Amino acid sequence: MISRRDYMQTSMAAAALYGASGFGNWARVAAQQSLTQDKLLEFDTYGNVSLIHITDIHAQLKPIYFREPSVNIGVGGNNGAVPHVTGADFRKLYGIDDGSASAYALSHSDFSSLAQAYGRVGGIDRVATVIKSIRAARPDALLLDGGDTWHGSYTCYQTAGQDMVNVMNALKPDAMTFHWEFTLGSERVSEIVEGLPFAALGQNIFDAEWNEPTELFPPYKFFETGGVKVAVIGQAFPYMPIANPGWMFPEYSFGIRDERMQEMVDEVRAKGAELVVCLSHNGFDVDKQMAGKVSGIDVILSGHTHDALPEPVLVGETIIVASGSNGKFVSRVDLDVRNGRMMGFRHKLIPIFSDVITPDAEVAQLIDAQRAPYVDQLGEVIGRTGDDQTLYRRGNFNGTWDDLICDALISEREADIALSPGVRWGPSILPGQDITREDIWNVTSMTYGEAYRTEMTGEFLHVILEDVADNLFNPDPYYQQGGDMVRVGGLGYRIDVSKPQGSRITEMTLLKTGELIDPSRTYQVAGWASVNEDTEGPKIWDVVEAHIAKQGTISLDPNNSVKVVGA
Amino acid sequence: MDLTRRQALALGSATLAIASLSGLPAFASLTDEAITALTGGADVTEGGIDLIAPEIAENGNTVPVEVSAPGAVEIALFAAGNPTPAVATFKFGPLAGSRSGSTRIRLAKTQQVVAIAKMEDGSFRKTSATVKVTIGGCGG
Repeated sequence: MISRRDYMQTSMAAAALYGASGFGNWARVAAQQSLTQDKLLEFDTYGNVSLIHITDIHAQLKPIYFREPSVNIGVGGNNGAVPHVTGADFRKLYGIDDGSASAYALSHSDFSSLAQAYGRVGGIDRVATVIKSIRAARPDALLLDGGDTWHGSYTCYQTAGQDMVNVMNALKPDAMTFHWEFTLGSERVSEIVEGLPFAALGQNIFDAEWNEPTELFPPYKFFETGGVKVAVIGQAFPYMPIANPGWMFPEYSFGIRDERMQEMVDEVRAKGAELVVCLSHNGFDVDKQMAGKVSGIDVILSGHTHDALPEPVLVGETIIVASGSNGKFVSRVDLDVRNGRMMGFRHKLIPIFSDVITPDAEVAQLIDAQRAPYVDQLGEVIGRTGDDQTLYRRGNFNGTWDDLICDALISEREADIALSPGVRWGPSILPGQDITREDIWNVTSMTYGEAYRTEMTGEFLHVILEDVADNLFNPDPYYQQGGDMVRVGGLGYRIDVSKPQGSRITEMTLLKTGELIDPSRTYQVAGWASVNEDTEGPKIWDVVEAHIAKQGTISLDPNNSVKVVGA
Repeated sequence: MDLTRRQALALGSATLAIASLSGLPAFASLTDEAITALTGGADVTEGGIDLIAPEIAENGNTVPVEVSAPGAVEIALFAAGNPTPAVATFKFGPLAGSRSGSTRIRLAKTQQVVAIAKMEDGSFRKTSATVKVTIGGCGG
């Protein structure tokens, strides 16, 4: 008798775009395709169920540039495993040619020159075209939004998320889960969620007082599609009150709660679910670990860590799909579900090349209507990048955008040392490009953007760096929060990622004097995005704007102040 | 103390004894000593007892924990990194519908929470979980 697993793998081998081991022929197929909309969307409709996954849009309605990370270190069992593979290693792993469209979309090398050739990515009007095309082939395809949607731009901030709600509603999603949405404050979140025309899911969103499930966020929803009973279980970001200001949503508690995930999977199976999909904002490594602990999930649509993987990763009998961020990708997953079982699937990570995919006229108009009241503010040019200067953020330790933000904090707030949060959102700027107010907000916008200035002892600075490093490099993924390392200005350090918390960070140096940081001395520190209530200071976007306006043309010294070992 | 609803529910099915939180300076062996006092030095086997605690505490001052061990007559909870590790002991009579309890505990720092169950046959079971207490930061 053929086991389910054997059958799945037989079926997978037959699926043209799929490779279960991480090595497949995705790139060969992609390389043979010239860049046309038809080729980008080409998909041999398969099985009886289609899922469309988009996640971590961070309010990027318009096409942008987005550089993928050059440094993305995996620790413990994930050392060297996707998504902790970058650049040439990544291209080799998936057989992607240097300089190809896929290399531009998925890796960082030659970013600025490839960006000139291949243009901007994303744009929700282009995403709308892709979704319509999939629905033309499979009218009842499920559209699932992994969250981090109502955060990250000037217009999103000014409208408290309404611009994104209006545009996303036009795409008609079937379900959504959450992370940064909660930083709008629980009152605003309730107001929006109560009016959503689709399911707001989170099996791990609990009432903080009673540690019980909430009514506003049900754990799952059933859908009938292609004659198949599909259960979609939501998994919100587990560490919301720790990584973001809990005082903004004190009514809620989160956590991974994998034991309840198992209960929910068992419950939907008992109710007749033939396909169980988890719409997750766990982050990739947490999803991988959860897939190994919770049995019975067929598909995890993974968000939070902004990884874009051309092929799903298989853990036991669960496939994990990672669909990137900032509107840069849409994943389509077609599944063959028979007799209550997933028998095979076909997957495509569709890069949204904005010059190739025609915008959907209706959604383009709707986006422009959201922006219309703010157009003058958005478009104001504050400065420009030098001819060799790319601004980007993604990467474990520092990006040039954060170097610039730290410079702004040190100079505008007269500090010795600057701290900038290791968030993974924020588009990139090419050399010789105007920097507009919108661009500055795209990398700084948040509801707790006060730029504080405070005194910290050297000892406390060490505690902060060790604490954040453990959020990133704890060998157990369940203890990782999914951000990158806090960015520092005016400070150098050495980090051994293989060490335990408390002994990773050494050789902390005050760059302006070259002296080692004295644990007992007090330093002037400026930073932003504190999770503490009543943080005071000017808004970070105003600080950065003032600094860029003074500089005119931005040209940064290379940042070599962080020494990384043990990777 | 103020009883939370959860604790009141726990009281409904089990006798809850909250240990005093004041006490001696911390020693790593305090938990081991308390466990030895409970077991009388008998062998303790892993498994047969579930402990649900958050991987990372949202608030170290009030961390929800749940323990259950079918067939237990007593479950003791220890916070190994607290100045006074003993947290609570749940005792179950023969008519107890479920051998489980939940409460909230205060954790001074990242540490192991340990649960020991004394079973009806006199054997002991153990499990533990690491709860991280962090200053918080930024997630992507």
